[in-house]
Amino acid sequence: MVDARGLSCPMPVLMTQKAMKSKEDYYEVLVDNKTPCENVTRFAESQGYKVAVEEKNGEYLLKISK
Amino acid sequence: MAKKNDKLMIIIAGLVIGVIAAGLSYLGNPKNMGFCIACFLRDTVGGLGLHRAAPVQYIRPEIVGIVIGAFCAAFAKKEFSSKGGSAPMTRFVLGFFAMVGCLMFLGCPFRMILRLAGGDLNAVVGLVGFVIGIFCGIFFLKNGYSLKRTYSLTKAEGFMLPIMEVVIFVLLLAKPAFLFFSEEGPGSMHAGVAFAICAGLIVGVLAQRTRLCMVGGMRDLVLFKETRLLWGFIAILVAALITNLVLGGFKLGMAEQPIAHTDGLWNALGMLLVGFACVLLGGCPLRQLVMSGEGNADSAVTVLGLMVGAAFCHNFGLASSGEGPTPAGKIAVIIGIVVVALIGVVNTYVKAEKTAAEAA
Repeated sequence: MVDARGLSCPMPVLMTQKAMKSKEDYYEVLVDNKTPCENVTRFAESQGYKVAVEEKNGEYLLKISK
Repeated sequence: MAKKNDKLMIIIAGLVIGVIAAGLSYLGNPKNMGFCIACFLRDTVGGLGLHRAAPVQYIRPEIVGIVIGAFCAAFAKKEFSSKGGSAPMTRFVLGFFAMVGCLMFLGCPFRMILRLAGGDLNAVVGLVGFVIGIFCGIFFLKNGYSLKRTYSLTKAEGFMLPIMEVVIFVLLLAKPAFLFFSEEGPGSMHAGVAFAICAGLIVGVLAQRTRLCMVGGMRDLVLFKETRLLWGFIAILVAALITNLVLGGFKLGMAEQPIAHTDGLWNALGMLLVGFACVLLGGCPLRQLVMSGEGNADSAVTVLGLMVGAAFCHNFGLASSGEGPTPAGKIAVIIGIVVVALIGVVNTYVKAEKTAAEAA
């Protein structure tokens, strides 16, 4: 679980990249802005993951899975 | 998400922006300066009388347009949100020195592209420095640099800078006697207000929708092998180049380029400072304007830093001119690089200890 709320890019993507070094099949990333939501999604997809986004109260929960 | 689609979108946006930017020079803006966030903030600050360099005083509607365009686009897409509190003073200082670097080189990263597109080879030297600066910033990013998170603020906070821009625009239209307007020099060259504001609005909307950023392209390529933003950069270059060739604004060479000097070392060091500071800020001056329009108070503070930096540059003779850099400007750029490096160190290494203590 990566909590990147309040951070702007590239921090959320960097945090996701760092977390993904453990090569697990499932990650959750929490962001509160549309731009990092798009960027993390783009990055995860480029790494061969699938991404599902849940939005609530202006926050985005990205469920990233193999 | 449609990956191909958003790459195509930024390319189209870049092409449109490139044509508009080169076209503005044709309509009256200084050569290779259809857009320059640094120069235009500097002119605006001069128009308000905060510096008294007579050739560079004019309230540039393009700046107003970008902020308001971004504001409208963010609002329409429900992306507007008042946020701030992520190291505002640090951002102010980074903005200040980014401007010192820009005015050493004579242009922000956006104008660097336009200078390239106009055949100004000094900009190639600037680009080299810029890329080195970006790598300096990336070094800190990779080692954990962060200015910490932002928080939600009251809605009014995010409206402040956009409202200020509207007020400035009204001042331009009303032309009260206390404003300053250049009678000669770059400040006296400008496209019609209606053209300029529309150009700004279009660029603001496009830049907001595509997250266009001149440092982001290189940065994301190195960090994530992500080329999307870089395509925007390239598209602007190509479109402006073609427009210049068609309209006769292209002149290849180093000597006697419009509003440029040929001191390679200081062109490179100026842009190094800009690239370095902008990576630590998270975006180029254009992106800072756009994020201010999205309600980001930290970016608004950065814009104020840029403006105050511009005023200092011209009050204390730090800004270069066509004749070349000034001794004081060189000292300021060196100080800037040291200060930005220190900001990098402090927010990479010192902060790490504090987080450990917080966890314990």
